[in-house]
Amino acid sequence: MSDVTHESSSGAAPPEDNGWRQRYWKKNVRLMVVLLAIWFTVSFGFGIILIEPLNNIEVLGFPLGLWFAQQGSIYTFVVLILVYALWMDRIDKEFGVAEPKEGAQ
Amino acid sequence: MFGLEPMQFWTFLFLLLSFGLYIYIAWRSRVKETKEFYVASRGVPTIANGAAVAADWMSAASFIGMAGMIAFLGSDGSVYLMGWTGGYVLLALLLAPYLRKWGKFTVPEFVGDRYSDTVRVVAAICAIVISFTYVVGQMTGGGVVFARFLGLEAHWAVVVAAVVIFFYAVLGGMKGITYTQVAQYFVLIIAYLIPAVAVSQQIGGFPIPQVTYGTILAELDALRTEFGLDRFTEAFTGRDGGQLDVFLVTMSLMIGTAGLPHVIIRFYTTKTVRGARFSAFWALFFISLLYLTAPAVGAFTNLNLLQGAREATADSLPAWIEPWETAGYVELNTDSGAIESVSNAAASGADLIVSNDIMVLASPEIGGLPAPIIGLMAAGGMAAALSTAAGLLLVISSSASHDIYYRMISKEKASEKQQMLVGRLAMSGAVLVAIIAGLNPPAFVAQVVAFAFGLAASTFFPILILGIFWKKANAKGAAAGMLTGLIFSASYMIYTLPLFGLEANDHIWGISPEGIGTIGAALNFIVTITVSNLTKPPSEEVQEMVESIRYPAKQQLEAAGKL
Repeated sequence: MSDVTHESSSGAAPPEDNGWRQRYWKKNVRLMVVLLAIWFTVSFGFGIILIEPLNNIEVLGFPLGLWFAQQGSIYTFVVLILVYALWMDRIDKEFGVAEPKEGAQ
Repeated sequence: MFGLEPMQFWTFLFLLLSFGLYIYIAWRSRVKETKEFYVASRGVPTIANGAAVAADWMSAASFIGMAGMIAFLGSDGSVYLMGWTGGYVLLALLLAPYLRKWGKFTVPEFVGDRYSDTVRVVAAICAIVISFTYVVGQMTGGGVVFARFLGLEAHWAVVVAAVVIFFYAVLGGMKGITYTQVAQYFVLIIAYLIPAVAVSQQIGGFPIPQVTYGTILAELDALRTEFGLDRFTEAFTGRDGGQLDVFLVTMSLMIGTAGLPHVIIRFYTTKTVRGARFSAFWALFFISLLYLTAPAVGAFTNLNLLQGAREATADSLPAWIEPWETAGYVELNTDSGAIESVSNAAASGADLIVSNDIMVLASPEIGGLPAPIIGLMAAGGMAAALSTAAGLLLVISSSASHDIYYRMISKEKASEKQQMLVGRLAMSGAVLVAIIAGLNPPAFVAQVVAFAFGLAASTFFPILILGIFWKKANAKGAAAGMLTGLIFSASYMIYTLPLFGLEANDHIWGISPEGIGTIGAALNFIVTITVSNLTKPPSEEVQEMVESIRYPAKQQLEAAGKL
């Protein structure tokens, strides 16, 4: 383990700790579920399951289903990861578990 | 110029310059410690790591082959576009931050600590097999570039590529590889985007390929119908299995991506957990620049080719086609002189048969760009092949030296020096075997890539996810799950692909071997959960470890007080 990462719980956590732990984890999981639902809807939903009906709508020359399958889904993936990273920053700070030495930027 | 044609001169120049740059960077970042060798001391800045992951991920197939595949598959080319990008969402949200927090050197290390030593050995062997099949593909991919642009034998391409990789991978380990990959990313993306923008301007009068792409679709559909191809915009024409198969293949490529050891290992090199999350963002951002452009390039080159074929007879095709015909990538089968059908399948008997692999490399010539750009394109293709091959060799080396030699054979007694030596020896051995395999590629290399993804999807992905998110997942469950996924997927692939001299059988319900990983993964999940529930849960320490990787750092007291 490198010294900048700070092992969080080498010893057993005191029982009163568990409240914040559960709240932190719940927030994390809820964010994950929402983002993964969008991930699935845009790629598998719009790009595969609903591609044929969506193709009847045309936007700037693109049948909409094709656009989602070959362009829109990829834009969405990039944004989803950015939102996740930024949102987790906020949650980490709120719970005081952000790492002291910043690696990003 | 020096007795060479301008195109060959520029190709030589760019290849020499770029190879020189890579070796220089590797020399600057050569390493002496195991930790530096495997994870670059965790000192890689986030954006640089993102660019390195992008170069690592985008192989010769992405750079050279993908746009050409989309050109002929049309709408269904989306399986590769979504499949090879969507996996990063899973990686960023479900794996990267937690594996970084747990923080060791390799993927087998995680499953070894989390489950058991037996699972570690199985994982190490899977990692070596998956990575090795990939390396061979990179070696042969480099051959296309050399054969066309330098008129060299593909054999020499393999040897030259291997020697260059050998230098910087063995010398610099992860650190050298990471920084050369950053350089390689920029070489390959510039080489990809310049011709794409130029062709977009030329065909659609607007320099942004993602916009022009839409405006030419109607014309492309009309032309394709004329030449006996399915309409580009029509879904589910490119694959026999239709919608179900498109769904399964996309899913299999996504979860396969998230389970590939050479991708996961890159998130161990960031400084922090936060760095791992942002690295995943930058990686997909850099990857998306190429992936969003690829379908446009596919459509443009397809349009140009068909327009040329309609207006021309066999004697007056666009000028860029002829050298490719000489190199054996284009075939003309017409007696009357008129071209009435076009295909990418050698067995189709069409008047004009064009290989997928040339569509991107030919794009500067199609756009009428000068010789230096063509040279840059060749350097870009080589950058894509080299960067991926180096990343894979590192996985082979770390699995062999760390997981198998250090953990299993020396029982953790080997010194730093011995570990480094074994690591370098393993890498040298892998390069040698890759040269031999690249010189005589086994006939089934193309199909083996499907194996790699199917294997990663149906073995690694489920037990990594359960290992992180479910404390009760235990060693017996993981071993049973991995074996089930492996045996199921491998059997279906052997059943449907002409491997090892066996006869290929029909696909069941239209499910192609590329898509079977999805079902293999589902079975793995079910078996791991069932067996874990029926047997003893893991020890307290293991459960505490799973708990601890959820939190990036120790809670700061003043912040805790506020809650």
